[in-house]
Amino acid sequence: MLEINNLNVHYGVIHALKDITLKVNEGEIVTLIGANGAGKSTTLRTISGLIKATSGGILLEGRDISILSAPQRVELGISQVPEGRRVFPDMSVYENLELGAFLRKNKGDIKKDIDSVFEQFPILGERRKQMAGTLSGGEQQMLAIGRGLMSKPRILLLDEPSMGLAPLLVREIFSIIQDINRTGTTILLVEQNASMALSIAQRAYVLETGSIVLSGTGEELVKSSDIQKAYLGGE
Amino acid sequence: MRTLTKKNLLILGSILLTFALVQVLVLVGILDSFYEITIATICINIILAVSLNLVTGFTGQFSLGHAGFMSIGAYVCAIISMRIGTVGGFLLGLLAGALAATVVGILIGIPTLRLKGDYLAIATLGMAEIIRVVFLNLEITNGAAGLNGIPRYANWLWLYFFTVMAIVIINNFLKSSPGRACIAIREDEIAAESMGINTTKYKVIAFAVGAFFAGLAGGLYASYFYFLKPDLFGFMKSVDILVIVVLGGLGSLTGSVIAAILLGLITTFLQSFTAVRMIVYAVLLVVIMIFRPQGLMGSKEINDLLKFRFGKKEEKIE
Ligand SMILES: Nc1ncnc2c1ncn2[C@@H]1O[C@H](COP(=O)(O)OP(=O)(O)OP(=O)(O)O)[C@@H](O)[C@H]1O
Ligand SMILES: [Mg+2]
Repeated sequence: MLEINNLNVHYGVIHALKDITLKVNEGEIVTLIGANGAGKSTTLRTISGLIKATSGGILLEGRDISILSAPQRVELGISQVPEGRRVFPDMSVYENLELGAFLRKNKGDIKKDIDSVFEQFPILGERRKQMAGTLSGGEQQMLAIGRGLMSKPRILLLDEPSMGLAPLLVREIFSIIQDINRTGTTILLVEQNASMALSIAQRAYVLETGSIVLSGTGEELVKSSDIQKAYLGGE
Repeated sequence: MRTLTKKNLLILGSILLTFALVQVLVLVGILDSFYEITIATICINIILAVSLNLVTGFTGQFSLGHAGFMSIGAYVCAIISMRIGTVGGFLLGLLAGALAATVVGILIGIPTLRLKGDYLAIATLGMAEIIRVVFLNLEITNGAAGLNGIPRYANWLWLYFFTVMAIVIINNFLKSSPGRACIAIREDEIAAESMGINTTKYKVIAFAVGAFFAGLAGGLYASYFYFLKPDLFGFMKSVDILVIVVLGGLGSLTGSVIAAILLGLITTFLQSFTAVRMIVYAVLLVVIMIFRPQGLMGSKEINDLLKFRFGKKEEKIE
């Protein structure tokens, strides 16, 4: 469904992504793991069009989307949940969700979808009028994910959804991600919490200083000794 | 739906009532021409403040060039109405001035709105200075001597009409989809981008609407005070407008209206104490900012506060 070929991204002289190639098939959960500064967020931001690539191709269903603007990519079904949640703090939960559907026109459908987000995240329904900035970290992450779903994405790009959350909440968020995936949304998940990410992903890529150094199925990578050493705290 | 129309009726009612009240006070002679000038200044400042609030308070783009757009509207309106000395000429001048300001706003907005924070402030400041210097050197604007004898068509009725219009249009804009996009940009630009909001586009739109109304206010100023010179639209004028916006509350239209009225009245009452006027004015601002740094209204509107009241009552009934 999503294919990235020999992607290069520069920030000025910094070569942030070096010839990255990866693929996400329809219906999969694919995870991209790596340490701080490896280039994970850069990858997602390039896919959603917030950063221009220096070279390389981004294909959605075989169509090159690298020349399209960010709004056009959202319309084609790519939605990004940015790192650090980034809800709109002085807007209510409801207004945040409405903005997630900014590019959609049909008001009735939007209302229905907000209701289904509330079904999936009952806590958000209870707090629909609360200002998003006053939600707890976990609630904000749920809101950010719910908002990301409001554009009706075919592929959801999640940037470190477990960041700063207690272990119990991390589990909850990950099970929600699996639920979303089961209802037919393809997922590209960026994580530093490698063990959790690998446990739900069908396939995984490991990014190190801008290059992909390893890839395989989730299970393969969990067993790999390099991964054990570098990311899972094993011997 | 019914409460909505009821609310609209209430708003319409208070608009007419305010107008009638001032009109009666003028007719009875309680408000003499001295106070009429105060009222005119307040109206013009309200238009300037709500339009700057759209750019700075609601969209989060710190602009220090509002007086520049005002001056474009003022000169264009003055020049046109000096050639066509009828009400029609005045209205045509107003519209042309506002549109000219909009065009300049768009042309300047596209490159500068990519800048953030301080850089944008400096760029808009520079822009306003350039506009001022251009007017200072043009023949048609009569340079530093300025324009005198502009036909005086702007009266209290027109001022009030355009003030209400500015508030209503900007308020509706904020409730529309582009308006929501502007607020989202202020709240979190990166998140707004992730939602597929073309941030540059909506910033430019906010800037253009802001410039339009600044230009309109300028045209009204030119016609009411029938004298213009470039110095009227210097850096301090932009700061004056910003002070109203910050004092009323960034992101509150009601706040801008209240602050414009308050500062207008204070300035008038301090008129006779010229020496201490600026000091009292400055001290007052400092004191208000210390005790209410978010401005008089914060980002709330008057109906948010009323809703809160009514909400409480309903709970009690249940
Ligand atoms: N706007 C920017 N300007 C310059 N360099 C940047 C910018 N954004 C990121 N970088 C650099 O690009 C590299 C990759 O950053 P990126 O944010 O993609 O890392 P990451 O893998 O998401 O890290 P983290 O896990 O900490 O979020 C880093 O070296 C970073 O310093
Ligand atoms: Mg990151």
